Amino acid sequence: MSTPDHNPRRAFIAAAGAGVAGLGFTVIAPGLHLMAVGEANAATEARKAGTAASPAVRWGLLIDAGKCAPGCTKCIDACHTENGVSEKLPDPRQNSQWIRKIELVDKRNGRVTQLPMMCQHCAEPPCVDVCPTGASMKRADGIVLVDRHTCIGCRYCMMACPYKARSFVHTPLTEQNPEVPRGQGCVESCTLCVHRIDKGQQPACVESCPEGAMVFGDLNDPASDIAKRIASVPTTQVRADLRLNPGVRYQGI
Amino acid sequence: MRYGVFLAVILAFLAQFAWADGRTAKPSIEIANPGKCVAPAEEMRRNHMEMLKHQRDRTMRQGIRGEPASLNACIECHASKTTSSVLGSNENFCQGCHTYVAVKLDCFECHQAKAKFKAAGLKP
Amino acid sequence: MFTPSPRHEEGLFYLLAAIGGLVSAIGLAAALYMEHSGHVVTGMNNQIVWGLPHVFAIFLIVTASGVLNVASMGSVFGRVLYKSRAPLSGLLGIAMLSGGLAIIMLDLGRADRLMVAATHFNPTSVFGWNVILYPVFYSFVAIYLWTMMERRMNPYTKVAGLATFVWRVVLTSGTGSIFAFLVARQAYGSALLAPMFIIMSFSWGLAVFIVVQATMYAWNGMTLPPLILKRIKNLLATFVAAVLYFTIILHLVNAYFAKNIAFEYFILFNSEFAGPFWIGQVLIGSLLPLALLFHPATATRVLWVNIAALLVIIGAYFQLHVFIIGGQAFPLDIFPGYDVKSSFFDGAVDHYRASLPEILLSVGGLGIAFTMTIIGVRVLHFLPQDDLAEIEAAGSITD
Repeated sequence: MSTPDHNPRRAFIAAAGAGVAGLGFTVIAPGLHLMAVGEANAATEARKAGTAASPAVRWGLLIDAGKCAPGCTKCIDACHTENGVSEKLPDPRQNSQWIRKIELVDKRNGRVTQLPMMCQHCAEPPCVDVCPTGASMKRADGIVLVDRHTCIGCRYCMMACPYKARSFVHTPLTEQNPEVPRGQGCVESCTLCVHRIDKGQQPACVESCPEGAMVFGDLNDPASDIAKRIASVPTTQVRADLRLNPGVRYQGI
Repeated sequence: MRYGVFLAVILAFLAQFAWADGRTAKPSIEIANPGKCVAPAEEMRRNHMEMLKHQRDRTMRQGIRGEPASLNACIECHASKTTSSVLGSNENFCQGCHTYVAVKLDCFECHQAKAKFKAAGLKP
Repeated sequence: MFTPSPRHEEGLFYLLAAIGGLVSAIGLAAALYMEHSGHVVTGMNNQIVWGLPHVFAIFLIVTASGVLNVASMGSVFGRVLYKSRAPLSGLLGIAMLSGGLAIIMLDLGRADRLMVAATHFNPTSVFGWNVILYPVFYSFVAIYLWTMMERRMNPYTKVAGLATFVWRVVLTSGTGSIFAFLVARQAYGSALLAPMFIIMSFSWGLAVFIVVQATMYAWNGMTLPPLILKRIKNLLATFVAAVLYFTIILHLVNAYFAKNIAFEYFILFNSEFAGPFWIGQVLIGSLLPLALLFHPATATRVLWVNIAALLVIIGAYFQLHVFIIGGQAFPLDIFPGYDVKSSFFDGAVDHYRASLPEILLSVGGLGIAFTMTIIGVRVLHFLPQDDLAEIEAAGSITD
């Protein structure tokens, strides 16, 4: 949609600024850090500053519904804390929910399963097809995002999503996490904690799960945990019949 | 002759603007960390919107991190030392000039205006 | 019916224009309130994302396209009796489209970003296409009106009418496609919706035209000649029957699929939408008008034909209510074969109630269409005048 600026004068200033900023970053912005600091199960490395997301990588999640504990909402709490999702509106159906626990009861035999459901980060996302301004986008590494600079809040993507993954912000907000801008009138959904994975950390939900039910990693890297697991156990994609090829896979349903 | 008088009056009227600096109210904004800006003040005044706009697309669409015109970096540096925000009063950095020139600030509908802000319960 | 005396006529016009202006202004104020406070003040939520404003907007937009059908029948298909009706039909098209677009643009979460919408274009999005389709539609209708109003341009009316007709078909098929492309929704993902919206536009457009024409005739103390009444009412009946046919096919075929039968059972029998469907859409919107338009006691009387047209319009509201809101109220079937429950209300039927700001905004859109029409017909000489001799001399249909 927009092209980077090719003005040579600005490019020079940007390069010079980057040099100064790179040196002086901790002085100028003490709260901001680029690199992960010793995360216990960081599956990825932080992407170098100044490099774009690469299509060689495809981020995905593998969720073992069998390990998901009834009544546990740690992933939801972690996500909403990390992303600053804290509104409690009088009509609870207007509250944003980036991830939720779904309890499934098999109609045939009453067997109960639970699993967390969030944006499935499809390879062929219907939400991206229908967005009039191109705000609903798929980044090169497979993460489906909403560019809130361009979102006009028409909610067509919410109509198109088969997973009810998207929420609309119904009130003005002031308590956002600086790393996760979100605001009134725009549509939003799970970002796979893109601000964390760009630093080499895990999504908040994955890190918080006490049962270890969620695995995050690069689906395109055959040596990654997630790729090895998917190659060795049966996994499903929700609504696979729609052929959207989601990046989120489930085990145990 | 009449046109000459008319022209002289117009020029005299316009001449006052050459000394406008001393007579026009200017925004008085608090500079929290003087001398450390990304580019000279004149350059920033004219171009900060373009810098932010192009950089936001590089970060958002292409995933490029760590660029100099990061909005968070601007806020960390420019936030008022007392209120820790770039909004709230006309002495605050962003709001001061934007109110002065009557240009609506759209950024903070979504972006956090307070520096070093931790949403409730965030891990450090 | 009521004909104002010459003494009162001008005052009545100003009164009506003022009321229309006031209703529009209140609608705009409601939109401003919604934009300032956020959509928390509406009844729409994360499950029912399109509500009453969209029902009204889609009615106005679809009908605006359809009302131009009257003009097309004159200019494109050569039916003489519609030629004098073409200018009024063009005006109504522009007025109603403006009302509908106003509602939809003011309901956006970020209505201040219309410039962004106009400059960022996603070619796979119907909404994106609309950014081009609608402005071009406006220009085509404006040029079409000009060819009819400017005597020297009259020879070009046919070509302008044809262009407008083709554009209309594309535009309204696009409106139907907005829903047809939603593959995951049991209520929507059907190719049938594109032609169905075209037929709906024909039916509702003609109904609105009949009502407006009747009002103008009453205002001016004129009556519609029986010959013309008969042709118009037969055409309306044809369109109403066609919409009923499409409705039957849509629901029958949808119910044939095992995966959709739960939704069909819900919408037709087991929900708050069953009443609006059977009584509102089918009875009031289709069967009653058909009876009135064909029964010998009512088919030849102007009053009953006008009432039939009004019933079609009321039925249109119910049809869109069931279609748009009912289609969203039924939960998405994310895990077929399972009953689901969650804190995000998965698996639960949603109940929508429009809030006051939404109602005011929706009615405000009607107000905009009304005000534009009333000022337009006052300023422009668009009253359809029939040359009966010409119509009869033209044989039965074409010239």
